[in-house]
Amino acid sequence: MSAAAVLDWGLGLAQGALVLAMALAAWRCLRGPRAHDRILGLDTLYLNGMLTIVVHGMRTGSGLYFEAALIIGMIGFTATVALAKFLMQGEVIQ
Amino acid sequence: MSRVLPYPVLSVALALTWLLLNAPPTPGSALLALAVGLAVPHAMRPLRPQSVRVRAPGALARLGVVVLADMVRSNIDVARIILGLRRGERRTGFVSIPLDLREPFGLTVLAVILTATPGTLWVQYDSDTGHLLLHVLDYTDGDEWVRRVKDRYERPLMEIFA
Amino acid sequence: MTGADLPLWAAWLVVALVLTGAAFSLTGALGLVRLKTFYERVHAPTLGATLGTALILCGSMLLLSLIEGRLVLRDALIGLFLTVTTPVTLLLLARAAAHRDRHEGNPGAPPKP
Repeated sequence: MSAAAVLDWGLGLAQGALVLAMALAAWRCLRGPRAHDRILGLDTLYLNGMLTIVVHGMRTGSGLYFEAALIIGMIGFTATVALAKFLMQGEVIQ
Repeated sequence: MSRVLPYPVLSVALALTWLLLNAPPTPGSALLALAVGLAVPHAMRPLRPQSVRVRAPGALARLGVVVLADMVRSNIDVARIILGLRRGERRTGFVSIPLDLREPFGLTVLAVILTATPGTLWVQYDSDTGHLLLHVLDYTDGDEWVRRVKDRYERPLMEIFA
Repeated sequence: MTGADLPLWAAWLVVALVLTGAAFSLTGALGLVRLKTFYERVHAPTLGATLGTALILCGSMLLLSLIEGRLVLRDALIGLFLTVTTPVTLLLLARAAAHRDRHEGNPGAPPKP
């Protein structure tokens, strides 16, 4: 096998595993049962989505995907923090 | 020193981040990195961040190696638990750890360490009593977890951020 | 497709790093589905956030450095950023869960520290 074929197959397999991880996280996000379970699932979904994009950037050899991954990581962080804050202050009286 | 560079560590970190984002470095991006490193810490001034003092760089390096090894080992442990490869009964539980560490930076680094090693979860820290509530995936009776956190992480951190 | 002029050992090394990292992330997501209580489940995604991300980013930096013929450390920024933010998210989530469980008096609620 040539180096390009090894990279193509190996990275494709890794992407498949990460997409499966995203599906499992989405299942937890949809299933619940509690609100904090859903947020945890969403956070995992973001993380694995970011990793999928990093691996995609490796497959195409383009540097542009790095920025996309960084931004997804940042938005995921902000969203999770906002939702967790809402759970603490929006639903339960402090 | 303090007028031009209120937070030298922050300046260096910002300039390095800028250079990493704009690799490979050109004279233009180096100039911009310098500008960012000089200007942004002044914008941070109204927030009055505390300055960090690292006392023992040797202890910091040793702690880094310990944490890296623990991270890999606990990752493998938790993966085995999830995949059901571990025999025997497993219990989970909450552990309350009385901490002597009060320095905010030390506590922050401790939170990062405990999160970076899967199997331990920082639930709550009570700053009045100094007690930390930890959830552990592999619970053992007695004070094994308390000793582990205090000996492996807390003592070097107190040395570093004393 | 990239990496046509890469040595074969380098390609295998990159693929091994990325596949191991992806396997850890997948195991973490599997734990999210398999583990029984919320406080157990919070431990699972850390697998992907620590070793999984570290291995994938190492593979990415190695591949880009070899292709471009210079040291590329840009991806380490994602790792640094994630190391700083993951404790905050998990801490907030655990605190929110503890708060709600205590408020509702659930049997699995954490004790006071």
